[in-house]
Amino acid sequence: MSRREVVVTGLGATTPLGGDVASTWEAMVAGRSGVIALTQDWAQQLPVRIAAAMKVDPGTVLDRVKLRRLDRSEAAALIAAHQAWADAGLADAGVDGERLAVVVGSGIGGATTLLNQDDILEASGPRKVSPHTIPMLMPNGPAAWVGLELGAKAGVHAPTSACATGAEAVAWALDILRSGRADVAVAGGTEAVIHPLPLAGFAAMRAMSTRNDDPEAASRPFDKGRDGFVLGEGSGAMVLETEEHARARGARIYARLAGAAMTSDGYDIVQPDPQGHGIVRAINAALRDADVAASDIAHVNAHATSTAVGDIAEIAALRHARVTNAVVTSTKSMTGHLLGAAGAVESIAAILSVYHGIVPPTINLDDPDDALDLDVAALKARHLEVPAALNDSFGFGGHNAVLVFTKA
Amino acid sequence: MTTRDEITAGLAEILEEVAGVSPDDVAESKSFTDDLDVDSLSMVEVVVAAEEKFGVKIPDDEVQNLKTVGDAVSYIEKASA
Repeated sequence: MSRREVVVTGLGATTPLGGDVASTWEAMVAGRSGVIALTQDWAQQLPVRIAAAMKVDPGTVLDRVKLRRLDRSEAAALIAAHQAWADAGLADAGVDGERLAVVVGSGIGGATTLLNQDDILEASGPRKVSPHTIPMLMPNGPAAWVGLELGAKAGVHAPTSACATGAEAVAWALDILRSGRADVAVAGGTEAVIHPLPLAGFAAMRAMSTRNDDPEAASRPFDKGRDGFVLGEGSGAMVLETEEHARARGARIYARLAGAAMTSDGYDIVQPDPQGHGIVRAINAALRDADVAASDIAHVNAHATSTAVGDIAEIAALRHARVTNAVVTSTKSMTGHLLGAAGAVESIAAILSVYHGIVPPTINLDDPDDALDLDVAALKARHLEVPAALNDSFGFGGHNAVLVFTKA
Repeated sequence: MTTRDEITAGLAEILEEVAGVSPDDVAESKSFTDDLDVDSLSMVEVVVAAEEKFGVKIPDDEVQNLKTVGDAVSYIEKASA
């Protein structure tokens, strides 16, 4: 039996660059930064006072009463998923719910709900704690809400693998569609933890940029002056379907999700393996799964978060896997690091690179690291045919997820 | 002394805030779940907000007996007497 091919038919996102895919993509191609100074009182005592907040606040998109029962990460996921659903032409047409699956993960989940409700508990006692607290903070909450609103009954799943989550969600959805457990899947990631505790926690790991006086220049993957990642928030979602299902309904196809692979480092809880063995194995396996040669990869949307070790370990891994003909970029230079949403938003960028033949720039790459020996789209977008693209995503815990998108 | 109409109006404010119910739809005969679409979690919010607004205690055992807005008005009227 031949394998069920899977294609991308709908995209949705709300990011630091825009409230939808069109505005996000336009800002990416133009090379605009979404990083801003945190001017709130609570931020002033923190070592990190910059972040990439969603450009369009979910509070201006969703109904006030509905927002009372949604964590911000759930609200973002719902916005992205509904956009993707409409973009796929399914808002009115719909699909058989028993053939529809949802895979939407989050790296951290409803941490801001947990912290806000703890403030209420401390100040006013248990009776004032919201009855919506648990469904707001549970990590499967975003997936469950998306599944509920779209009527998904083939299964609703919430993988969690820190900053690899969004890409893992897409990889699991591919498995679900190939195995025949569903014909259509909504896959993505979401994150919204711009709050003093997560900021302080990441800052305590010395993982974040402290370029507080120049927010737009703070996220600078591959640049000699990089000093850590910038926390971002938002969500990305895509509609995946079997090619047969998409063709039968005459859907517009952005790209083929040709292959995926997931590996684990078995090295350290947070440090990337400096040899990049796990990354290399993931790239090799994803290419085999997609039946694409390493030399045919024209573009890599890299994980590169703007940390000293990670960015160069990834470059070394790409070289080791012989992905050397690609124009590489890190859109995190503009969006910041969306943690559990990063792999989803960056996959959307990679898909649009395949679809439009444009690779967005890595901004702030003024002074490339001496170890950078691959072609990176520094500062300006590149126009080139992209028959095949990779998205890399890695997460604390040693998770590596690699996706291969090809022209349909 | 709070009148029944005043209690109903106060409940209508709470219902609008926590569940998005239009104040025009709130009347003593209306069922919270069947007519006003207030689910069990929102009902908890309504009860806690009503306790604060009217300075009464509404024990959890009592909540299941409050089927309609009128039931709640009667309970609050009695409890605050």
